[in-house]
Amino acid sequence: MSKIRLSVNGIPVSVPAGSTVSTAVAMVGAVYRRSVSGEPRGPLCGMGICFECRVTIDGRAHCRSCQVPAAEGMEVHTDG
Amino acid sequence: MVASYDVAIAGGGIVGAACAEACAAAGLKVVVVEPGPVGGGATAAGMGHIVVMDDSPAQIALTRYSRDLWMALKDELPAEVEYLACGTMWVAADSAEMAEVERKKRLYDGIGVRTEVVSERELAEAEPHLRPGLAGALLVPDDSVVYPPCAAKFLLRGIPVLRERALAISGAGITLRGGRLLAAGITVNATGAWAPELTPGIAVRRRKGHLLITDRYPGFVTHVLVELGYLKSAHSTTADSVAFNAQPRMTGQVLLGSSRQFGSENTAIEAPMLARMLRRCEEYMPGLADLAAVRTWTGFRAATPDKLPLIGPVSGDERLYLATGHEGLGITTSLATGRLVADGIMGRTPAIPAGPYLPGRKVEEHE
Repeated sequence: MSKIRLSVNGIPVSVPAGSTVSTAVAMVGAVYRRSVSGEPRGPLCGMGICFECRVTIDGRAHCRSCQVPAAEGMEVHTDG
Repeated sequence: MVASYDVAIAGGGIVGAACAEACAAAGLKVVVVEPGPVGGGATAAGMGHIVVMDDSPAQIALTRYSRDLWMALKDELPAEVEYLACGTMWVAADSAEMAEVERKKRLYDGIGVRTEVVSERELAEAEPHLRPGLAGALLVPDDSVVYPPCAAKFLLRGIPVLRERALAISGAGITLRGGRLLAAGITVNATGAWAPELTPGIAVRRRKGHLLITDRYPGFVTHVLVELGYLKSAHSTTADSVAFNAQPRMTGQVLLGSSRQFGSENTAIEAPMLARMLRRCEEYMPGLADLAAVRTWTGFRAATPDKLPLIGPVSGDERLYLATGHEGLGITTSLATGRLVADGIMGRTPAIPAGPYLPGRKVEEHE
């Protein structure tokens, strides 16, 4: 199975082709985002409705990681 | 059995709340009549900008006095009011507007309002998401932002709110469901854009506005940014208009306005008007196009022909006060309005002359 290499908060990670960004974040063990009051949040619905898995991808904030296919060289940043 | 009050106020928006707070502080027994949530009308719809405005001498006096009252109150405000002393940046697009910056600065110097002239380079450094090539700005550092519904709730602490609709109002009291009279020594109509339904014939019209809030982008905007051409837009009393207005919220969200319409009476979001407003915002801040919006909404300002609120007793009934017609400045001018109403009731000399805001004044229509 072919692998895609990307980074999450500067940490290199490989995921199987066809995976979403949320898989890569989960593999690194990062918190996806934090609420206004600082609570950790993560993928709840996995289908792009709840907006709880938002991360910054290649500088673009608030991307729903469960809806974006991982791509080679992507730089993903999360709230922690 | 209905208790008797010194003052009964129809309307639990920020203006009614400020009137209630000032009357209670004067030792009066106060009740507020509000069927909906406190601060749920124009108070919730507005931007919550505390700003000194210079459209007319009376507007300067009222906004300046009221901003002082907010500044004196700021340490008492709970965190949920989100008082943010971010200042207003009046953005000048070209050299003609820079001349306006200088005029505005001289005027503000004359009334003791701190300002700083901001050069093209300084503006680009302070607000890097503004488009390049803007001429500069006038910074008014003591202007601020609040979250108005929570400010209204704070002002009403300890004051009874009757969850009922006011069906009629006169100097004798407020009529409630079933014809019940809530008797009071003085009544106040503070129902904003709906005030003419209770007090027919007053010159208050609904002026619709659209707003949009983005997701959280901390630091994207750090001051309230308003195009200097704003007054031209806000001033016209006839045509629909839009102006660039961007505001940082404590959550990191960006609140975007503004639009003005007469004659549109329903609350629906009008895509062409919203699009026109956002195009104007994008002209000043191209990067806004890449931000995610989370919500848009509309609200109705209570507009008067001379752009000044109606504050004081109505002619013919000295016990019925009006406190409405604040248009887009109700959050700023609420506290001064409360003081003017309480001063009138108590027979005290107000801090600023009350004449320009009295309901019986001679009104000269702008433009």
